[in-house]
Amino acid sequence: MSASEAMARAASTVGAIDCDLHPAVPNAQALMPYMDEYWREHMLRRGLDSENYDLMAFPPAAPINVRPDWKPQTGLPGSSLAVLQAQALDPLGVSFAICNVLHGAQAVMSEDLSAALCRGVNNWVAGELLDRDPRLRASILVPQHSGELAAEEIERLAGDKRFVQVLMLAMAELPPGRRQMWPIYRAAEKHGLPIGLHAGSTFRHPLSAAGWGSTLLEDYVSYAQGMSAALNSLLVEGVFQKFPDLKVVLIESGVTWLPASMWRVNKTWRGVRSEVPWLNRLPADIIRERVRLTAQPLDAMDGEALGRVLDQLGSDDMLLFASDYPHWHYDGSDPVPPGIPPAMLKKMMVDNPRATYSRL
Amino acid sequence: MASRHVVAAADEIPPGGRKIVNVRGRQIGVFNLGGEFFALINVCPHQGAKLCEGAILSQLVSDGPGDYRLERQGEMIRCPWHCWEFDIRTGQSWCEPNDVKAKTYNVTVEPGGTLAKGPFKAETLAVAVERDYVIVEM
Repeated sequence: MSASEAMARAASTVGAIDCDLHPAVPNAQALMPYMDEYWREHMLRRGLDSENYDLMAFPPAAPINVRPDWKPQTGLPGSSLAVLQAQALDPLGVSFAICNVLHGAQAVMSEDLSAALCRGVNNWVAGELLDRDPRLRASILVPQHSGELAAEEIERLAGDKRFVQVLMLAMAELPPGRRQMWPIYRAAEKHGLPIGLHAGSTFRHPLSAAGWGSTLLEDYVSYAQGMSAALNSLLVEGVFQKFPDLKVVLIESGVTWLPASMWRVNKTWRGVRSEVPWLNRLPADIIRERVRLTAQPLDAMDGEALGRVLDQLGSDDMLLFASDYPHWHYDGSDPVPPGIPPAMLKKMMVDNPRATYSRL
Repeated sequence: MASRHVVAAADEIPPGGRKIVNVRGRQIGVFNLGGEFFALINVCPHQGAKLCEGAILSQLVSDGPGDYRLERQGEMIRCPWHCWEFDIRTGQSWCEPNDVKAKTYNVTVEPGGTLAKGPFKAETLAVAVERDYVIVEM
């Protein structure tokens, strides 16, 4: 999209709330000043300060992970605040943007190192982003394989209202609804933080339930299945009943898979609900109330078909505007996907994000 | 006007029991819940299976994940095809209480002596004065 097109388009993004922006930590060395003393030396002793912590789910060199016009001359896409401001915040004219840093901190095997790295990344986010641009808000990275340590990190940062969400990857060691994960939800609910479930994996299991794929293409397509499974886990394990004020945001999920998935879970629940007596309402109704989705990518089909599929969502409250900067999972080149019904479009820019993120 | 049909002797259907009967060409399930009788059409409103031949179960109740309780034991019927559950007393679907309902019929129990006097249709039963009978209105 050219600059002039961006300006023409910007009419509806001015003042909007961008619910998925991806700044990047430039490298591990940039984290070192933000690490606890012990873990800084630990990193040096093991040479971990020269590792990169790219998530395998988001190889930075893959074309799909950076729009050509957003590709920096040097460094990781999203790693320069000045470039990010010039390419995303300024031309879109957003009032707020929620930073979701995708980082290997959440995926490393050691729970303690994972926690230390997440603290480092969160401190880096506060120091390098939140302190430097008042439009920025952020998600708290948590060591998601340890419910206890993740809850500690939420408690550590909850006093800083610029953190508005807890970030988890959809595919991890355990389906996210399992009770070992509940300390995360308890802490998040207590502090008015939605759980942002981002597409991606910590690579403990194949990305597809059919086994390891050979290509990024298979992996990428499988993220929608993983998101569906993660949502079903939260729903069926009773997370929405146990934590009645908790909201869940599916980030970069692809969206249009959801109506078919809701239909299927409703249908199956009618017959086998005896497994989960706490699930005492139509699952799709619970999803409509408690689950939100960033609208980029939308995996949109052409023409009227998109309108029909979005109509099947059965709610105008669910979509949240997102630039997904600097990723390139776009439908077209406009961060506002074409074909969204006007009533839904209007709500997704400001009203829905505000209703979702109470700390904004 | 509804007609009244003698469908069983009361002691044929003990508490917890059921009997499938034919009334004017329709199959009806008659249930005894602790001495009270109820009747449902033997057709599931979902896809037409023989609803009243399914398992008689309780209502599963939970206050939250990990909490499991039985209530109203023996008062739910589960369709043999897709396991949709219905309240035997009301015909109401557990999953879709506002939209899906199995047809119910009024049931009374009357002594044979009374029946001998009034108008009724005992299509398949001979009525004895000393027994009680289950009457379905249709």
